[in-house]
Parts: sequence; C-alpha cells; structure tokens
Amino acid sequence: MPVESVFPRLELLLPQVQKPVQYVGGELNAVTKDWDACDVRWALMYPDAYEVGVPNQGVQILYEVLNEQPGVLAERTYSVWPDLEALMREHDVPQFTVDGHRPVGAFDVLGVSFATELGYTNLLTALDLARIPLDAVDRDASHPVVLAGGHAAFNPEPIADFVDAAVLGDGEQVVLEVTRLLRGWKQEGMPGGREGLLLLLARSGSVYVPQFYDVDYLPDGRIQRVAPNRPGVPWRVHKHTVMDLDAWPYPKQPLVPLAESVHERASVEIFRGCTRGCRFCQAGMITRPVRERSITGIGEMVEQSLQATGFEEVGLLSLSSADHSEIGEVAKGLADRYEGTNTSLSLPSTRVDAFNIDLANELTRNGRRSGLTFAPEGGSERIRKVINKMVTEEDLVRTVAAAYGSGWRQVKLYFMCGLPTETDDDVLQIARLAREVIRTGREVSGRRDIRCTVSVGGFVPKPHTPFQWTAQLDHEGTDRRLAQLRDALRADKDYAKAIGFRYHDGKPGIVEGLLSRGDRRVGRVIRAVWADGGRFDGWSEHFSYDRWMQAAETGLAGEPVDVDWYTTRERDYAEVLPWDHLDSGLDRDWLWEDWQDALTGVEVEDCRWTPCFDCGVCPEMDTHIEIGPTGRSLLPVTVVNSGAEALRA
Amino acid sequence: MARRTPDREYVAPVQKLRVRYAKRGRLRFASHRDFQRALERALRRAGVPMAYSAGFSPHPKISYANAAPTGSASEAEYLEIGVAARLDPDKVAQALDRALPPGLDVLEVVEAGPGSLTDRLAASEWLIRLPQQEPSGAAAAVAVLLASTEATVQRRTKSGLRTFDVRPAVVRLAVEADAGGDDGPCAILRVVVRHTVPVVRPDDVLSALDVVAGLTPPVAPRVTRLAQGPLDEDTGTVADPLAADRLRGGDADGA
Repeated sequence: MPVESVFPRLELLLPQVQKPVQYVGGELNAVTKDWDACDVRWALMYPDAYEVGVPNQGVQILYEVLNEQPGVLAERTYSVWPDLEALMREHDVPQFTVDGHRPVGAFDVLGVSFATELGYTNLLTALDLARIPLDAVDRDASHPVVLAGGHAAFNPEPIADFVDAAVLGDGEQVVLEVTRLLRGWKQEGMPGGREGLLLLLARSGSVYVPQFYDVDYLPDGRIQRVAPNRPGVPWRVHKHTVMDLDAWPYPKQPLVPLAESVHERASVEIFRGCTRGCRFCQAGMITRPVRERSITGIGEMVEQSLQATGFEEVGLLSLSSADHSEIGEVAKGLADRYEGTNTSLSLPSTRVDAFNIDLANELTRNGRRSGLTFAPEGGSERIRKVINKMVTEEDLVRTVAAAYGSGWRQVKLYFMCGLPTETDDDVLQIARLAREVIRTGREVSGRRDIRCTVSVGGFVPKPHTPFQWTAQLDHEGTDRRLAQLRDALRADKDYAKAIGFRYHDGKPGIVEGLLSRGDRRVGRVIRAVWADGGRFDGWSEHFSYDRWMQAAETGLAGEPVDVDWYTTRERDYAEVLPWDHLDSGLDRDWLWEDWQDALTGVEVEDCRWTPCFDCGVCPEMDTHIEIGPTGRSLLPVTVVNSGAEALRA
Repeated sequence: MARRTPDREYVAPVQKLRVRYAKRGRLRFASHRDFQRALERALRRAGVPMAYSAGFSPHPKISYANAAPTGSASEAEYLEIGVAARLDPDKVAQALDRALPPGLDVLEVVEAGPGSLTDRLAASEWLIRLPQQEPSGAAAAVAVLLASTEATVQRRTKSGLRTFDVRPAVVRLAVEADAGGDDGPCAILRVVVRHTVPVVRPDDVLSALDVVAGLTPPVAPRVTRLAQGPLDEDTGTVADPLAADRLRGGDADGA
C-alpha cells in the first residue's frame, strides 16, 4: 500500500506555529529509507517536545540499530505542541514522523520510550492524532502495535489500556526479536490477525502484553492477583540485558538537529547499570548489573561521534561516570588527545570524593569550566544512611572545598525532600551543610565570590526499589519543609548571598507518584485528564494539579481507592504490587530486607568491590558484572580539524 | 588556578572568505539561529581552520548579512568568515557543503576583495508563489500598489509592533505568467525591494497588497529569495555582489 508524505499539507501550517524547524526533520545523520523496499516499519516516539526528545540516547540507538537492518525502517516522531495540534485537527493532518513525514498510523510498530510517567497524556494525543484507537482492544490488524519501553515501562499498568505491549530493559536486542517475530507473522499471511501477533509476542516471553493478563482486586482495593488469561502466556515477563556494550557501539552517527535541543553535545555511554545501591534510585535498581564499555571502545566512540557531528562537547554518560574502572585513564587519554582542539568533555553525574575534582580538572583542560555538581541527596548523616548514599559530611565538605581550591567558582548540590523517615531537622541540615561548604570554600580559596546552589527535588517512590513500599510525603508536608529550609538559608546574612536555592513545589510529585505506583485503574484518570486538555505534564506551564485531582475524583469514583491510597499510603510485605509480575531480576525478599535495613540505617556496600549481597539480578537474569580494568590505553588518533591541510590554497 | 582561563586563544584571520549559500526545501523553516549553530558545527566537521575573536570568550570570526526570514527559501544568502590559514575557496565550498545537511547548500566561496560585503547587499529579488490565487486578482492588486504613493503596514517585531511604509522600498513588482497545475491556479509575484530600515520583507509586501487592495492569499505563500546585491536603479535589477571579489580572485590565480 503506497504511503504518501503528509509534508505538502503540513508545510502549509508551519508558517503559523512556533519553531517550525522542529517538525521538518532533515537532521544531519537522519535516515529515510524506501518504504516499499522494507517489510517491517517502526515509528519511534519520544513523547515530549522535539527539543527534549531528539537528544534521547535510547531512541537514537534503536533508530540506528533498526535502520541498519535490511528490509527494516525506523522513523522518529515527537509530541507536537498545542499550537500545531490544533491546526492538525482543523486541517486533518495526522501524527507524522519527522523523517519521511509518513503517517504514524501506517507503521507496523509504534515504539514509545517513556523516561518519565509524565509523558502518558502525550501518548494519548499522539494516538488520537494518528487515528489509532486509544484502547488497545479496539484496534485491528491495520493499526500499529503500540509498544512501550523505557524506565517507566517497568510499571506500564497505568497505561495498560492504551498500549498493546511493553518491553523491560535494554532495547537493542529485543527490537530485533520483535522485528523477527513480526516479519514471520506477516510472511505467513498474518495468522490469527492482531491477536495472533500479540500472542506470538507474549508467548515469546520477551514482551509483556497487558490484555493477556487479568487483574483481580480485593474488596479493600488491593490487588488480589494478576494472572495470564491465555494459554502459553508466561506468569512473569523478564527484563532484557545487553551484556557486551562493546558489541553495541551505538549511536555511531548521532543526530545533529538544526533546532536547539536540551543537550547540545554528543554522548557516549561509558557503562550501563549501577550497584551503588541508593535506595531511592529506580535507574540503579532496574539496570543491574554494571556493564562497562572498554576504554578503547570509549575512545573509538568519542572520536567517531565528534567526526560525525561537529559537536564541541562529548558527555561521558552513565549513572555514576566516575565509577568506571578506568575513568582516570579515560579522562587523561581523551584530554591529551583533544588538547588544543576546543573540545570539552563532561561527566554529567559525579560522585562526592576528591578524585572527582582531579577528574573534572582533567576533563575541562581543553574547554569550558562552568560548574561542578554533586549529589549528597540527604542533608543529614542519618538520612544518608537511610537512603544508602554513603558519604560523610567530612567527605562532602572536603571535596567541595577542594573544588573551590582548584579554581571552580560554582558548585551545585542536589538533595531530596520527603525521603522515608525524614524529619524537619533532616531537611534543615541542608542549610547548615551549605553554609559549612561556603565557609570552608572561602577559607581554602581565599575568595568571597564562590557560590553554591542548593537544588531540592521531591522524592517520589518508584517500583522495583526498596522504597516501593513506602508512604510518599504529601505535598503540604513537602512545601512546609522547603519553606523552612528557604528561611534557614536566608537567615544568615553572611552566607545568604553565596547560596542559591532551587526547588519545585510538591504537587507535581504527587501526580508522578500516582502514575509511578499506579495500577490499571489509574488509566481512567489519565484518560480523563487528557480528555480535559491535559498535555505536556512535565512542563510547569502546562501542568495542572487541579485537573489531575478532579480527574481522579471522576476516574476513581466508586472504587475504594483514591490519590492518597496510591501515594501517601505505606504498603506491607504481603500486598500484591501492580508490577510484581514484571521481573527486573531483583529478588522481592531482598528488596524488602533492604527496605527494613533502610529503616534502621543499615548500609549496603557496592558489589563491584565487596562480595555479592544477593540482590538476585545476576542469577535470575543469567548475567554478571562486566568491568575492567582492561589495562589497555587509548590509542592516539588523528583528531578533527586535521582536515585543514586538505583545504589549503 | 586563580582565575578561569579564556576558552580559546585569539587567532588572527589571515584570509577572509565570502560564502553564498542556499536555504531550500524543508530546511527553509530553520531560523537564523538554527543556521548559525549548523554552520559552526559544519565548519568544525569540515576542518576549516577558523580565526577567533579576541576577548575573554573568543568566537569564530563569522559575519552574517541580511538573513532571510524563517520559512522563506533562498538562493542568495551571504556570509563572511575569517580563517587562520590561506585556503582554496573552491575546496572550502566543497567541504563545507558536504558538512551541512542537504537543503543548506553552499553555492560559492570566493576570497574577499576590498570593500564591505554588507554595503553591496543593497536590494533583494524575491519570488512569491500564491497557491490557489487567481493571477488576475493578484495583478489588479499589484497595479493598485504600484499606483499608490504610500502603503503603511504593521508587523510585530522583537521590539514590539512597528508601523512603516512599504511603498518606497518596492523597486519593481510584477505578476508572472501562471504556470498552471493540477492543484488549481497559482499567482507568482516577482518583487525587487531596496534594503531599508526596517527591512521590507516579502510578507510586508503581501500585507501592503492587502492594505491597499484587499488581496488575501487563500493559503500560506511560498517565498524564495532569488538574488541579493547591488541595485541598478535604472533597470531595477539586482547584480551579483561577489562579482568584484571573483574578478580579483581570478587575477590572483593567474599571477
């Protein structure tokens, strides 16, 4: 069936919208393959604005992995802003991909990457604009399979009505598996129609198909059980783990957008997973075990990315980049290699210790030296034990002072508010800590113009973490503690000007909490919010707490549950959690023990350098820790800008 | 380290190059800022040894002139770069074109001769396609505008709503023969405007046609800048602004 580009109709609308360039595609390294020469076609969506979605590594990796396959094409689609949405409805233009401007409804799969739950309403907008029925059960063989991925897909229950399927974990291999199954099903003449395809996916054990599971509830609203309702569909669905990162050096050709995006840099993932064991951190829990890219693999990817993009900065990504077993050699090797080329290297997440300052100094040798960021997360030593963020106050103050001492002027400190067992005093300790940091910094650097910014986020309990059972602090409590902290930071005039304070009110956190630990009944709330005009919930100018609360009233009417039940209620060991049938590899009993340890302030070491503490992931997933050191070093390569010789007169 | 060191050292230009480029197809929706970022990256990818400005935060030496508005295509955009080595303009043109995404196309690079490039960009010639507009209606409106002594329009700019007279800037304006197509009629306007302050853009000319003769295009117009350069006041034509540089470059090669 020929599929026409919607661009001729879209371009008539573009002069009327903000930043039209975000809808035209044509980025450097973008790919548009011949539609008719392919038999499996993926639309990949990041359900937020283009400027946020286009740098997303997950989408870029899968885009390239799929497009490298013969007979397979992948194109990208992003959320359109309300100005274009209104025009598209008025002029009957469907949701489109930015590559070929093909209607999303014409693809075989619509893969949606959910980094955050706040993209759920944007999924509904895209489905509606694509003329795909919102309810999975209303779709037929002509509609794409709507497939959720990303960290939020570890509990896809709130969007279970809207997605056909979800995959957990690393996407590189499972997209090829889904492609293989889909191709086979099409070649055999689509046996069983849409249900036949979904059964094929579900029975493979690689894909979770919510409609093949029934959820029963107890009279008090808790879940009684979740059980498959078709033969051959597994009771539990497991996450996917790519073991050898060097075998998957993606993206090789990073996209370079014309429009401004949130990350104007190339990114190289230096390892995946984290076993630091911070109890609030879903990413650290669900991406185990640690798998490092080798120092030589990193070196090749950095050079390849710079050559392919012309970016001036490369971010060395991971959940805790300074923990790479050869990070010192990586940093020195790269800094030597790019000496004199105006290339900056950055480590987006840094640990609190002195080694990091040396590392940061090394990485900024060739480029801009802006600010350093540390994340102590908790203000008091007691609360840091609860969350297993093992850093003493002495370490923190000494590290930050060392940063000021070696010429950094601006340090950012990240904290959370609303952690389990937290008291007002734990939060007030943040102010004392910040003053101590400035006092010591002034002493060490001999300057008074040093600054630190205290940034506080509200804690939201997440599935598959030891805190999945905890009560979330209500938004009034969060706001009260933050107000106290603000007053405390302002109180001492000698420090007030040196300390910046950034925070958000507690209301968005409650909605995120509802969506994070919600079950299928929450889907009705999402639908009601969307129907009432809810869009772009991750953007404060679009987010409406009142709309969510009203939608919860109507959506959960007649149920024994409400927003508080999902958010501020503590769960007990025996309760069936909505995501218990989705296997992140973590042993449920280990999570519970870790939760109990948190309550008594017992810390857990990192299994990379201490014996295994039996979180369960490696035996359950048949994986293992994959780290160096390899003992290899970075090869000197001919760097960018050497092309100048060829241009000489 | 007592203080932040500058990001780059000052690199003096040893040669200036003038670049003509086109903005085509879907990339006409790139804003000027979008283009600037794309160009700076392309210069890096192409390995062009750029000269940098002096100062605490040095920037590559690039001068832009009269960028076409977002949404307009152009066959005649110009900029000038300062480079740190003597380069072959043709090789730079090829390398830079390869490094830019298709749709941002380098058409020519010449070594700068004496005189300012921006001074030479005195006027522009634009082609305005008005899909679904009967050419006869457009021709009537054009006649009214040309017969007017003044045509005051308003446009929202960064500094607020501005009111200005379009008519003095319009050197030449004509309706071309309708090519005719399956999609119905299409009027094609060809207009030469003098660069004034504020600069009169094609949408201002269309606003003027609306103000004086009530012409309202049924759908969004498609606009392309065809030329930019010195204005021949007698013929109302726009000349090639790089002609003088090219002549000089030719002499140098011959020497």
